[in-house]
Amino acid sequence: MSRRKTERLLSLVVCLLSSQRYLTATQIRAAVPGYPESFDAFKRMFERDKEDLRELGIPLDMGTNGPFDEEVGYRITRQAYVLPEIRLEPDEAAVLALAARVWHRAELAGAAAGALLKLRAAGVEAEETSQPGIEPRLNAGEAAFAPLWEAVRDRRPVTFRYRAAERSEGQQRELEPWGVVNRHGRWYVAGHDRMRQAVRAFRLSRIEGQVEFCGPPGSVTVPDGADVRAMVRAWDDRQPGGRTAVLRVRSGAGFDLRRRAARQEPGPDGWDEVETPFAEVAWFSEHLASFGPDVVVCEPADLRDAVITRLKGALA
Amino acid sequence: MTRAAPGSPATSADRLQRLLALVPYVISRKVVGLAETAAAFGVSERELVDDLNMLWCVELRTPDPYCPIDLSYEGGEIVISKADPVDRPLRLGVDEASALLVALRMLGEVGAPEDPEASALSRTIAKLEAAAGEAAVPSAQVAVEVDQHAERSVLERVTEALAAKRRVHLSYYVPGRDEATERDVDPMRMLVVEGRTYLEGWCRRAEAVRLFRLDRVLRIDLLDVAAEVPQQAEHVDVDQGLFRPSPGDMRVVLELTPRGRWVAEYYPCEDVTELGDGRLRVTLRTPDGAWARRLALGLGEDGRVLEPAALAAAVRADASAALAHYAQ
Repeated sequence: MSRRKTERLLSLVVCLLSSQRYLTATQIRAAVPGYPESFDAFKRMFERDKEDLRELGIPLDMGTNGPFDEEVGYRITRQAYVLPEIRLEPDEAAVLALAARVWHRAELAGAAAGALLKLRAAGVEAEETSQPGIEPRLNAGEAAFAPLWEAVRDRRPVTFRYRAAERSEGQQRELEPWGVVNRHGRWYVAGHDRMRQAVRAFRLSRIEGQVEFCGPPGSVTVPDGADVRAMVRAWDDRQPGGRTAVLRVRSGAGFDLRRRAARQEPGPDGWDEVETPFAEVAWFSEHLASFGPDVVVCEPADLRDAVITRLKGALA
Repeated sequence: MTRAAPGSPATSADRLQRLLALVPYVISRKVVGLAETAAAFGVSERELVDDLNMLWCVELRTPDPYCPIDLSYEGGEIVISKADPVDRPLRLGVDEASALLVALRMLGEVGAPEDPEASALSRTIAKLEAAAGEAAVPSAQVAVEVDQHAERSVLERVTEALAAKRRVHLSYYVPGRDEATERDVDPMRMLVVEGRTYLEGWCRRAEAVRLFRLDRVLRIDLLDVAAEVPQQAEHVDVDQGLFRPSPGDMRVVLELTPRGRWVAEYYPCEDVTELGDGRLRVTLRTPDGAWARRLALGLGEDGRVLEPAALAAAVRADASAALAHYAQ
């Protein structure tokens, strides 16, 4: 079945591209071999074929040849079909071949391979012969990527169950997605949260179950100047600096703290005094506690208390 | 539209797409070998010949029977003498244009700005945007960020060492051991994985291939020695993720509170069990006992070590010794 279908679709594309005029279904059936005798069966098969061509991105145009034509016809205009001329210099083609490998086994790998095939068909020599010194990779990611990318691309609102950090239960959310961003190797979606009437970012790995569309294509408007990268960054970032911690660090230990230190002085009996900037007590106390008996917090008091709490927790 | 990745069984649509690319591929090259073309399309020569036969057999029946495509592949050389309606490739779809443009823009975040590649990169992006037209627009809504924590000078020196194929000396921070290590490395390539930049190289101290995160490189010097990567050195297969457990690794079981749940997102876990009220039990594997000890100490009451008992005891001993400093 598959082979006959491929032959039929190929003939159909060639037929519609060859004609300047719109061809009616009857004319197409007469010209293209492989359609069944019964008109109803033909109509059903032709409908599926049209759908297949559209899915491949083949621009199927519908219309009539004149005001007296009663039946709608079909054609593919060359101008809409053809990839415009593209010529790449050898260094550009090398960059392109490298870019095509970035998705590797991640979600858009098939699309990247398809694009490369078309560009090679246009005469671009993007061979993977060279051993480049650099190999960027996007790791295959979360299941929610495919439907969310589709939603962003087609401007459709979505709904999904989301489990925020530190919550055990998921909550249903409704989002007008403006974009998807990969940060620290993880995917996020950002947009307008309809329930909270505010801009929000969501981590894809925290989406539970299916992402469903809840509106037609084109029903989401992305505001001018919406910067999804900045939205995700604001959601994710631990701002460095801001406050200063005064620490006693055993000599030879706390290397990471010394690296960022604003000031360090050797003290008595094998302990150094180190001043390190930090922003957030919660995160920094965890980092300090991880050094165990090699680091003691002198100031500030809230950081000192937080570290003591963590250590007591580890002792319990 | 989500298309099958290369290697999966082809549908009629996949094959049609290949046929429509094959014709212009040959035409734009005038004459091209069967073997070379089969390799370019990732098919066997037999499959390719079958494709060519299918193209050659296309026949339209009205008004008169007509064969729009004429070709030959005698002597292993393909020539397509007639194929007017499909002599050019189909334009790029939104997914296709986006896949390449997002990847190209990501490359732009990796290299040093004065890198000569950068200008080739911006030229390529401009040409691709022009060719894709409308289909290029949605790609602006996907972005991949690459950490910029690594020092520019480190990045530049790694690039230089790779280009010149020179050995480097690294002063490298190992957080699990909380220390800087000194080692000579023969660079193999630079990797960008999970948003971070790494140098892959043959570590002469470990006598093995290692990945070095560039933001943990404290100092890098180019040595006056050519890099010598041994034959047996194999690239790290990063597609399986960067943390890969090996059979000899320590098995660590932790019970996490809702505030400690981030551990399950951050590190690959062998097993994750919901315990109710947002609590989780996770099983991790690590070759690095010191790392596990630090993780548990930092988590405090948000992550209790259930196994192994020796690790739990070590964490309690560390916590107790640390608290003794505060009691003074």
